[in-house]
Amino acid sequence: MRRPGTGARPGPVAPPGTGAPPEPAVPPEPAVPPGPGTAAAGVLPTGHGAADGGEPAEEGPAGATGLRAERVGRRTGGRLIVDGVTLAPRTGETVGLLGPNGSGKSTLLRLLAGVLAPSAGVVTLDGLPLPRVGRRATARRVAAVEQHAHTQTELTVRDVVALGRIPHRRPWSAASAADARAVALALDRTGLTDRAGQSWHTLSGGERQRAQIARALAQEPRELLLDEPTNHLDIQHQLDLLDLVAGLPVTTVIALHDLNLAAMYCDRLLVLRAGRAVAEGTPAEVLTPDLIERVYGVRAEVTHGPGHPVVRFLRR
Amino acid sequence: MRARTLLLAGGGLLALAVSVAVAVTIGPAHISTADVWTSVAAHLGPGDSTLPPLRDGIVWNLRMPRTLLAAVCGAGLAVCGAVMQSLLRNPLADPFVLGVSSGASTGAVAVVVLGVGGGAVSLSAGAFVGALLSFGLVLLLSHVLGGTTDRVVLSGVAAMQLFSALTSFTVLTSADAETTKGVLFWLLGSLSGAGWDDVALCAAVLVLVLAVCLGHAGTLDAFAFGEEAAASLGVRVARTRLVLLCATALLTAALVSCAGAIGFVGLVLPHAARALTGSGHARLLPVAALSGAVFLVWVDTLARTVIDPQEVPVGVVTSLIGVPAFVAVLYRTRRQG
Repeated sequence: MRRPGTGARPGPVAPPGTGAPPEPAVPPEPAVPPGPGTAAAGVLPTGHGAADGGEPAEEGPAGATGLRAERVGRRTGGRLIVDGVTLAPRTGETVGLLGPNGSGKSTLLRLLAGVLAPSAGVVTLDGLPLPRVGRRATARRVAAVEQHAHTQTELTVRDVVALGRIPHRRPWSAASAADARAVALALDRTGLTDRAGQSWHTLSGGERQRAQIARALAQEPRELLLDEPTNHLDIQHQLDLLDLVAGLPVTTVIALHDLNLAAMYCDRLLVLRAGRAVAEGTPAEVLTPDLIERVYGVRAEVTHGPGHPVVRFLRR
Repeated sequence: MRARTLLLAGGGLLALAVSVAVAVTIGPAHISTADVWTSVAAHLGPGDSTLPPLRDGIVWNLRMPRTLLAAVCGAGLAVCGAVMQSLLRNPLADPFVLGVSSGASTGAVAVVVLGVGGGAVSLSAGAFVGALLSFGLVLLLSHVLGGTTDRVVLSGVAAMQLFSALTSFTVLTSADAETTKGVLFWLLGSLSGAGWDDVALCAAVLVLVLAVCLGHAGTLDAFAFGEEAAASLGVRVARTRLVLLCATALLTAALVSCAGAIGFVGLVLPHAARALTGSGHARLLPVAALSGAVFLVWVDTLARTVIDPQEVPVGVVTSLIGVPAFVAVLYRTRRQG
């Protein structure tokens, strides 16, 4: 009964009154000319840290739709946290970001959200660089859920979800009927309607994550960015939460630690190591014993059953 | 929800009007409410006051501006405190956290004790300039030190210490006993010298700054989960912070230059208002303003009457009431943690 309203399967249900026009699922971008195993939009070949000084990848993603990172880099204190990563999620898919601690997953998500500016490369939304899209306009399209949400303010769950309407509101204006509808829908979809009046501080970790996701949904985004949302949750809540996320009618980029959960819920995976993309593709393509050993330094067996691959780690 | 807001606003305005009307009647000279109405009606409307000039003067030139300045100061300090607490994500922030009051005191002391400006500059003007200088120093420091919220607070603490030391040094080395007493009275906050020009200046700045803050009400809500969360909700964090810090510093400087550093109103009243309205700033800010105004009107009435004919600095009374409230705030944050 804890299970959130997973009624909304990968449904065509778009929040009403959203900007989200029923954009016919963009045909799986004929991204790259039939090239050698290169994945969409020139993510690095599965080769080890290759492609660096590389060829000038298609400049100016003219006509590109959705959120897209083009060879983005971020340097902090002289260290490259993210180094030339390209990521172009297709409309509606769930992309998993994998990689060890400190591999740059969080930073890449913050670059995608426009909260950090890249020190190299560019993040575009429908072909336009984020700074030109503008902060508010970006926030109406792209919603982000941080790893840890903390506040000292006394807020109800409804207050938290209503924060998602801020980018849609103008100064001096009160909440509109559309705001109320979006908040109600977000609460419903995350199974929090009953708890709307409850204080944020009384929620469990899983419920807080769900409240943050509800807040993100109230933004009526078409792109949703999640940073390890299953951290610190027990297995039931991990599955609940990922069921919820995978069922949302939005394009999702989600950083995950658990390879099996990533295999179960993601359409595609991007693996980072030391800030660089080292593999990209479907879970079956990416999750090989060889890659797992190279990236995480552990030995594993991968069973390809029906459906998604299953990873089993081996003792040293 | 909306009905509740209107009820709070309407009730607050009514309470404020009644408080002002009643507070003006209280004092050593016996003045009735009818006298107050007569005097106010005469000065606002056509015709002359039918009151004896002395009584009329007490109402219109002494008690009325003083009571109104108390209301404006209370409102302004409460609003500045509420904005600072949300913006700096610190429940113990108040309007003076950025060193504005210390800078003001140094400016005032420079004028009164050292004679800066050669008598052409008033104490208020000196205080105002000192406040803005101190705030400018804080902005510069916090920018150099990295610009994050905690750096803003720490820069404020540094400036506060620096200017307090300068003030103490100046007073102890250069002032005679009489000047020292005057400066001390002002440092603790006092509405005793209030005139209509003070009221007009402070009210004008209050209206302006309140409008700016209300325009940022939604943006201030977005800071609940931190600056990065605010940024991901479409807020231009650095710009918003600069605008709101400057607006509140301007208002605080104006208030402090007229009434000295009245403590605790800006710290405690926002918390009390939050308990009434919840954390949404569109409702919090007006309610904080009204409750701050009513509060300070009564505290000042108490301050000027409690040990008649002596007058207690209003800052002393706010602190005597404020300290227990301050402890309660600490106690509440402890439970949450």
